[in-house]
Amino acid sequence: MEAMLAVAIGLLFGCGVYLMLRARTLPVILGLALISYAVNLFLFASGRLVINAPPIIHADIKHYTDPIPQALVLTAIVIGFGMTAYILTLALRGLSESGDDHIDMVEKAESTSSTQVKKRH
Amino acid sequence: MTESAYLPILLPLTLFTAFFGLALPLIVERFGRKATAITAGAVMATCLVLLVPLFSFAMSGQPVIAHYDWMPSFGLNLSFRLDGLGMLFSILILGIGMLVVLYAHYYLPDNDKLGRFYAQLLLFMAAMLGIVLSENLLMMVVFWEVTSLSSFLLIAYKSASHESRIAARMALVVTGAGGLALLAGILLLGKVAGSYELTQVIEAAAQIKSDPLYPAILILVLLGAFTKSAQFPFHFWLPNAMVAPTPVSAYLHSATMVKAGVFLLARFYPVLSGTDLWLFSVSVIGGVTLVYGAYVAMYRNDFKGLLAYSTISHLGLITLLFGLSTPMSVVAAVFHTINHAIFKASLFMAAGIIDHECGTRDMRRVNGLFKLMPITATLAMLAAGSMAGVPLLNGFLSKEMFFTESIVFDGFGGSHWILPIFATIAGVLAVAYSARFIHDVFFNGEPVDLPRQPHEPSRWMRVPVEILVVLCLLVGIFPAWSVGALLASAAGASLQSSLPIYDLKIWHGFNLALLMSLIALVGGVGLYMMRSTLVHWNNQLPTLSSRMLFERAHQHLVINAEKVMSVIDNRSLQRYIAVFLVFVLIYGSWAYVSGGSRVSGVSHMRLDIASIIALSALALGALGATFMHHRRLLSIILISVVGLVVALVFLRFSAPDLALTQLSVEVVTTVLMLLALHYLPQSTPKESISLRVMRDVLLAVGVGLAMAFVSFALLTSSFSTISDFYLQQSVPEGGGHNVVNVILVDFRGFDTLGEISVLAMAALGAHALLDQLRMVQPARDSAGRLWADDVHPLFLKMLMRPLLPLALAVAVYIFLRGHHLPGGGFVAGLVTGVALILQSLAGGFSFAEDRLPRSYAPALGLGLAFAAGVGLLSWLFARPFLTSTHGHIAIPLLGDIELASVMIFDLGVYLVVVATVLLILTELGRLNVRGERG
Repeated sequence: MEAMLAVAIGLLFGCGVYLMLRARTLPVILGLALISYAVNLFLFASGRLVINAPPIIHADIKHYTDPIPQALVLTAIVIGFGMTAYILTLALRGLSESGDDHIDMVEKAESTSSTQVKKRH
Repeated sequence: MTESAYLPILLPLTLFTAFFGLALPLIVERFGRKATAITAGAVMATCLVLLVPLFSFAMSGQPVIAHYDWMPSFGLNLSFRLDGLGMLFSILILGIGMLVVLYAHYYLPDNDKLGRFYAQLLLFMAAMLGIVLSENLLMMVVFWEVTSLSSFLLIAYKSASHESRIAARMALVVTGAGGLALLAGILLLGKVAGSYELTQVIEAAAQIKSDPLYPAILILVLLGAFTKSAQFPFHFWLPNAMVAPTPVSAYLHSATMVKAGVFLLARFYPVLSGTDLWLFSVSVIGGVTLVYGAYVAMYRNDFKGLLAYSTISHLGLITLLFGLSTPMSVVAAVFHTINHAIFKASLFMAAGIIDHECGTRDMRRVNGLFKLMPITATLAMLAAGSMAGVPLLNGFLSKEMFFTESIVFDGFGGSHWILPIFATIAGVLAVAYSARFIHDVFFNGEPVDLPRQPHEPSRWMRVPVEILVVLCLLVGIFPAWSVGALLASAAGASLQSSLPIYDLKIWHGFNLALLMSLIALVGGVGLYMMRSTLVHWNNQLPTLSSRMLFERAHQHLVINAEKVMSVIDNRSLQRYIAVFLVFVLIYGSWAYVSGGSRVSGVSHMRLDIASIIALSALALGALGATFMHHRRLLSIILISVVGLVVALVFLRFSAPDLALTQLSVEVVTTVLMLLALHYLPQSTPKESISLRVMRDVLLAVGVGLAMAFVSFALLTSSFSTISDFYLQQSVPEGGGHNVVNVILVDFRGFDTLGEISVLAMAALGAHALLDQLRMVQPARDSAGRLWADDVHPLFLKMLMRPLLPLALAVAVYIFLRGHHLPGGGFVAGLVTGVALILQSLAGGFSFAEDRLPRSYAPALGLGLAFAAGVGLLSWLFARPFLTSTHGHIAIPLLGDIELASVMIFDLGVYLVVVATVLLILTELGRLNVRGERG
């Protein structure tokens, strides 16, 4: 099982890195999302894999899994959401500024994008 | 004396007043120029008043020291010192400062607002006071750098002018670099002396001088002093700095800042002097600067430039005197520091008046002004006489001391005739350039084609000059009465030993020094008479401009830097990320190999069918999204599949809280991405060349393999945890059974406070980005199909309305039970967000917008206030920040609820999460509405 989770983490990283290296905003954002999953799983894995032992104190249970990685990952998930939301708006703004969704924001004379964009003056 | 125990506090109080006072001119600016000037002057006057009670101690030779520990382990303390030297410089800084404030009010153009100027001037004044009042040498270096910065700002006063900016940058580079050398020197000094407190450093003088690091320390400290005091070959920034307004030139670049280097020599005289290295390096540099500055000054056609080179020359004279390192030469150096500050400040101000009245500073055009402005001319001529060393003026006295010292000095072995000859030559040159200034500007025929018709300036503009010239005469005629005590205590503080016996008076009888003065006067006037021959001869000399050298070096640096940059930086983010990843792989592998850890490879758990299916789904999602990322809608959906599998992984391996959070985040994120996709291009063009794809695949595989390997190593390595504490203390200390939640809101509450702050910032950032944005929605999709009209199916709409209270009830339930069972503020916030967003999706954003608050920023603030407020509350009970308390409350239906103070904290978390989700999603929705309308 450990090997399988390791493969999953590696796969997510690999796909995430490939997408992160693309030239357009949305694939990069998706790549970052995949890397976020991978990082969260990796952090979570540092508490090792334990079944049926959630860290919820009960008088009858003596064994619990490690709660610290879980606490870390929980906030990481929420912050990851904040980050995704932010870079999505950044991508929209970039599209509006350069008329294109290329990550380098190279200004082009004529917009090739199918979306018409106007800036409020 | 019990009173005197409180007196040292006046030192930090003075600096506090100075640094906080610099904001006042900016505030007062709106009440007009006069009020601004009065405020700036008042700040300086207050500083002076605060220091005056300490002067009697400094006069009697006992320094006043105020010491407050700051970071004692680093040797950095808030410690201040007022001794004779500090007193002398404080009086110069504040006294001349007040005159400059008055002068600047009349000098600067009427339509300039003066708030910023006076604030910068006060910043300089405060930093300069900091230098001369510091006991801690690290603090002194910080103040030293602040003077360089404020000088930069003030030189660039006319920031629209290219020349001003270049000059300001040059001054900053030279003096700033010197400041860094000084910092290095001080660090070494502190290391050798074992302390950064001046008193201890002075006590360790013998030890420092015998240390092998002494030459390095001396050279570094001298670099600081020489760059600041414009010593050859670092002098070139000073003439260029003359583009600054004249009040700045008078204050910074003649009277005070350039004297900081001299101050440094005086300060470290007891620590570093007395060696051959000091003697030769300081006196030779000083001597060369003395003659070079005077020689160049003679040929300047711009009278402000003449004064600048004269300043360089006089600073060289003072440096030379410190270099000679006899007690009497130090007295002469300190005396000349006072005299030069007085006569040169008045000369600069007079020059500023002339510039102001004539509109030019070219001495080939500015002639015969004596008839037009006799009072100013008289004042300027008196000050220039002092500069030349004419008897009855203060400059004569210290120059006479210098001549005497040059005769009696015997430190250069057998050739003791060199110094007097050298001194006389310098004297001749000084008289020559002073004569040129007086004769060219005030006599020598009629003005030539002046831009303005000169006449006497307004009454108050001349007052500062008058005061300073009266001082020149006072000191020149009654030296012992006027500055005797001040000089004695300042020189004593510099020497740190008993003063030599000397007699401050005008007439010392017929002696060699007087003869030298006479030769200088006669020779100087003679030299000026034959100026046409001299100019002709000088023009044949090769021009070696250190300014040109500096500019050339600067150009070279920029061009080469650009060459390097064009190789490593092609402005492609893709390239940056790729390079970054390559290094991650290299360093990661290297760390792993050299770390020597071994993978045990022991699996603890068997595979099962469910897990294999889950992995397949995950692989399908991730690979599918990657391979089909050109089809954007599809890839977003596939990514959300990955998110769902991740949630399942959390659920399976005993992390129900994570599973809940991941699930709700997944919903919100997917909605968000779909909304954004609405405005973005629907597909990605295929534009990557195959070589780049190859590179990216290689990198992706490399990183993926590495991370899989590291994960496997981590998962199978032996395990120890620090979590036992949390597991044991969760119920008794935190009052909650859900350990993850207790960690979040209680044990590590401060971290969580930080994290929700980040979340709030992301939301506000997104708000700022979207606020000005207006996007028009296309009528057709990428395939050319019209978007459907019935955007909000009735069925969904009707179904969603009753669901809202239900969803909110679930959120409340999840929130309340969070401390004991999976749930809590984060999850409840997300669920609430999703519930409200569903209404928008079903009913349309305009439907939701009418019913939801328009602005979520207050809710963000409220949430943060709850979380931080409950933390602050614990201070009321004298507990540390975020200490929790808890108790039981029985609520009907829900049963026994253990209510902890962290509940309020969690409520803050909840509010921030809800506000963030709604803010971003509704802002995106509003773009849509605008588009429809537009």
